[in-house]
Order: sequence, then C-alpha cells, then structure tokens
Amino acid sequence: MTGELGRYLAMGGYAVFVWPAYGVTLAVLGGLAWQSWLRYRASAGALERLQREFRTRR
Amino acid sequence: MISRLANPARFMRSSAAALPWCGWSAAGVLAVGLYWALVAAPPDYQQGEAVRIMYIHVPAAWMALGVYLFVAVASGVALVWRHPLAEIAAAAAAPIGAAFTFVCLATGSLWGRPMWGTWWVWDARLTSVLVLFFLYLGYIALVNAFDEPSRGAKAGSVLALVGVVNLPIIKFSVDWWNTLHQPASVMRLGAPRIDVAMLVPLLVMAAGFLLLFLALLMLRMRAALNERKALALRLNSDPAPARVAGRERAVPAHRAVGSGGQ
Repeated sequence: MTGELGRYLAMGGYAVFVWPAYGVTLAVLGGLAWQSWLRYRASAGALERLQREFRTRR
Repeated sequence: MISRLANPARFMRSSAAALPWCGWSAAGVLAVGLYWALVAAPPDYQQGEAVRIMYIHVPAAWMALGVYLFVAVASGVALVWRHPLAEIAAAAAAPIGAAFTFVCLATGSLWGRPMWGTWWVWDARLTSVLVLFFLYLGYIALVNAFDEPSRGAKAGSVLALVGVVNLPIIKFSVDWWNTLHQPASVMRLGAPRIDVAMLVPLLVMAAGFLLLFLALLMLRMRAALNERKALALRLNSDPAPARVAGRERAVPAHRAVGSGGQ
C-alpha cells in the first residue's frame, strides 16, 4: 500500500503496536458491551415469561 | 435520602430513562475521542506515532483504579447498611473494571515493547496493576461461587475492601520505587506535564470511558435486578404469589388491570 492512506496506516513504523492496541481495546470493551446487552435482554425476557405464567395461574 | 433514591424499583425507572442517553453519549464522545487520538493529535517528538497508544492506555488505567474504588465503596455500603442495590452495583461494576484493567495491561505491553524494548517487567507499577487484575477476577469468582446471591456478595465485599490497600500502592509505586514506568503526568500536584494538544484528546477519551462505564453499569445492574426478581418469583411461586412482590409490584399495574378480566 502506498500513498497517504498507506503512510497513515503505517503509523510511522509503529503500526504493529498501535493497531493491535486499539484492536484489543475494541474487542474487550465491545465484547463486554455485547455480552451485557445479551444478558440484559435474556433477563428481561425470562422475567416477562415468568410474570405472564404467574398471571395465568392465578 | 440516599436510601430513597437507591430503592430498586426507583432505580429501574430512572435507569430506564438515563441508559439510552448515557449509552449514546458514550458512543458519540468515544467517536470524537478516537478521531482525535488517531488522526488529529500530533505525533510525539520522541515516541512518534506510538504515543497514540497513550489515549487508550492512560484512561483505561484511570478507570481500572476508579472502578475498583467504586466496587470497594459499594461493598462497604453493602456490608454496613446491607443495602441490596449496593451489592448489585459492586458486582455489576467488577467485570467492567476487570476489562479496563486488562486493556490497560495489554496496551501497556504493546507500548512497552517499542519504547522500553520489553513486553513486560516485574517492576512495582506493572506488578501492582497485575495484582489489581487478579483482585477483580477473585472478587468476580467469589461473588458467583454461592447459590444464594447475597452470601456471595458478602464474601466478595470483604475481599474488595481488603484489596483497597493495593490502590495507593499502584498510585505511588512510580514515586516510591525506581521503576521503568514513568511517573504521573496529569494526576499530579501542579500543572499537568503534557501539551494541551495531547491533554485534550486524552481527557475526551477518559470522558468516553467514564460514560461507557456508567452505561454498562446501569445495563448490568438492570440485568441483575431482573434475574433476582425472577429468582424470587420462582422460589416463591408455589405457596403465595402475592407475597413475592414485596416492596415492588411483581406485575406492572397496567398489565394487572388488563389481565383482570380474563
């Protein structure tokens, strides 16, 4: 890769350190956010089902 | 006053309103911060472009310490006043703090390799942050080791409070011992020793991380409250469903009215 973009991505020779650092951060924090969201959705769904079950039983 | 605000039902209502704002502003501030950190900020005169790692490493380190302090204070409140929301807050915050600590360690390693010539040294700063990471993991494991949530929370709270001694060790390790890690440039008495062109994006990224923490904290607390409520419903479902509701209504009023006629 050449040109301005290539020079930018090369990070002055530090590309192998800078990009993995940002990649790890995105993966860890993004993964945590995704897992938190899935857990929240699952908990809300389970509670909703239980409450519906409750009402029909009464 | 505080116990009135920290009522679980009230928390569910206020967090439902605050969560979208917090989440979207975190995304916005982080987008601005990332552009600033990766494009607009100048390269360092000694470190070149590698200095860009600072914009995630340093805020992650601040959050690693700050979130631990939050976990410890919430644990103390849970132990002393036995407030259910406090132990839920502590348990919800710990994985977020562990994630920030891991980011701090990983990015620090990636920064250390080109600047110090090594991925890792067993010096005071690095070792004490690694201990912090293990404290988080130990706390999380302990809290989840019991079938009854409140027993796990109590054991975890004690560990969290004992672990507080590590915080000043981390903070002052660079002053007390002669380490490879540089001393503080921003969190010090007197003016920060860092140029404004780098300080501003650093603070923007820190604000983004803080907003992300608050959004994830609320999301995880809401999930934990849902789970506890579901557990209580299931445990008490057979004898007397009405008693389960306790302080909160098990069935929201509008739905209860709707189902009444069926």
